[in-house]
Amino acid sequence: MNKCREATKLMSLKQDRSLTFQERVSLKLHLMMCHACRQCDKQFTLLHEVGSRFEADIEKSTETDHTR
Amino acid sequence: MTDTPPPGHGDGKPDASHRMERLAAVRPRLLSFARMQLRDNAMAEDAVQEALMAAIEKDDSFAGRSGYETWVFGILKYKILDGLRAQKRQGRWQPLEAEPDDDTLDRLFQQSGHWHRHERPVSWGQPDAILESDHFWQVFDACMIALPDNVARVFSLRELMGLSTEDICREVGIKENNCWVILHRARLRLRTCLEKGWLKEE
Repeated sequence: MNKCREATKLMSLKQDRSLTFQERVSLKLHLMMCHACRQCDKQFTLLHEVGSRFEADIEKSTETDHTR
Repeated sequence: MTDTPPPGHGDGKPDASHRMERLAAVRPRLLSFARMQLRDNAMAEDAVQEALMAAIEKDDSFAGRSGYETWVFGILKYKILDGLRAQKRQGRWQPLEAEPDDDTLDRLFQQSGHWHRHERPVSWGQPDAILESDHFWQVFDACMIALPDNVARVFSLRELMGLSTEDICREVGIKENNCWVILHRARLRLRTCLEKGWLKEE
């Protein structure tokens, strides 16, 4: 059975490469049943966004300084 | 002359006097970015300094297609990569392959493969609100520093610099499989650290 430990591996992997059909199905089934892993999945996605967010904020931070 | 538009605003090319001002304004954020990657204050200062100098020198090559700060940020990324390569050459990287005593997963999961009760992830709320919170970024910074050097390096190459795992393997000299294992651990450690340090205090 697909346990949380294995599921987090797939959640991490999907941020770095596309999952195979089997991996996708197995992760989806687990997430349907597991609230904690759904949270973890969202958090990994959030961590994946920090880089682009950092970049966007760099542009914004100085713009606001100049429009004040 | 009093009704000139606000200088340096938008994506247009800022004029010379305001470029310096904008570089000065963005410097602290560039520095915190460089520090997270290079994990060495002096090297981070140098990388930012070199990026700012290059931005001033190569000013003509700024095409205005992206924002000015984004362009400078792009230059900094190259300087950071240079810095990381220098660290590697100087033998300052611990080998990545061997980390036999890493118990990240055992601390989080029971033998059955389920989360330990007190390690179960809880909701953080709306992603947009999280990313707008200054406190989140402070804790993120602290959690990055708390990661072991070699783990943090792979994570930041992937998630902060946006390199593919294939490129990271080439850069760091590890197999892609190993890269995925390290990223899995890094993400679990970061999310645990963030949840403990940030959610609990807010």
